[in-house]
Amino acid sequence: MTIYWDLLSTFFKMGLFTFGGGYAMLPLLQREVVEKKKWATEAELMDYYAIGQSTPGIIAVNTASFVGYFQGGLLGAIAATIGLVLPSIMIILVVASVLHQLTDFAWLDHAFAGIRVAVSALVSFSVYKLGKAGIADTFGLVWALLTFAAIAFLKLSPIWIVAVSFVLGNVLRRREGDRAS
Amino acid sequence: MTYLILIYEFFKTGLFAIGGGLATLPFLRDMTFHHPWFSMEELLNMIAVSESTPGPIGINMATYAGFKAAGAFGGVLATLSIITPSIAIIVIIASAMERFKDSVLIQRGFYLLRAATAGLIAGAVFEVILVSLFNMESFAPRWPAVILFAVLVFLIKRFPKVHPIAFIVASGVLGVLLKL
Repeated sequence: MTIYWDLLSTFFKMGLFTFGGGYAMLPLLQREVVEKKKWATEAELMDYYAIGQSTPGIIAVNTASFVGYFQGGLLGAIAATIGLVLPSIMIILVVASVLHQLTDFAWLDHAFAGIRVAVSALVSFSVYKLGKAGIADTFGLVWALLTFAAIAFLKLSPIWIVAVSFVLGNVLRRREGDRAS
Repeated sequence: MTYLILIYEFFKTGLFAIGGGLATLPFLRDMTFHHPWFSMEELLNMIAVSESTPGPIGINMATYAGFKAAGAFGGVLATLSIITPSIAIIVIIASAMERFKDSVLIQRGFYLLRAATAGLIAGAVFEVILVSLFNMESFAPRWPAVILFAVLVFLIKRFPKVHPIAFIVASGVLGVLLKL
């Protein structure tokens, strides 16, 4: 199996079971990309997410391109991204063309209420795992809590948080002379 | 000609929309003013469908909008157009990262960036948790959902080998049975 086919089929599966925004893909990325395929470490995945959130484009697509590029260059990035969006294209085209006959299905609402709870629980656990892998010391923990508050309550743009984190990390580590690492 | 305009509009959206699922919304709203493709009301339906079908919301919306504008081929074109800038930009950044990954500047930068990412994602999912577990009008907890959430968190931690997809499918079925 070539790496391109492997990327395409792995991300196809993730596209098929991602419900919601880019963060909803995280539990699947950890399972498939980090644990099963070992295409990235937990820490690398965090870097992709941070950059994917602060560069143009849909976060899930950016993350897929990142993983694909490091496995198979430009073609790898294309294979992973096409794999990710194929289920969307197929499903939406079917739904859109039959929608005028679709009335309200109460059971569908209930099913999605259940799925949302599962996504919430899965992502909560993913964040816990990411935090364990990515927070190096007490200040890192404080910083994670501050950024959480900035996003959840102040609705600040992730771009500023990523930029400030990058600069502040450099200032702090430079003063410490990198002793912690 | 519609195809060319479609490519242009969605390429532009992919290039300038930064952030989570609904970041493309302002661009789609703008299209309702300039093109006869779909109305504001149809756009709201598109959001509802995109949020409740598999796949990243932004991609679902692009496929849907393209379909409304120019049929099935339009849906494919719009989707390919919105992902092209992403692939180009990420490939450039990733190749630079490959070259500079040993630089102190990058390593020091990632020290707080990784902590911030955990906070960022927690912040993004916070709202989803609120909507799933609480009645957003009265702020009363929806107990069946809260209990399911607690049970799921326990099971996910206790049985790390079980695939996330299994939890998603099982919760969908439970949602129907319990009328969540």
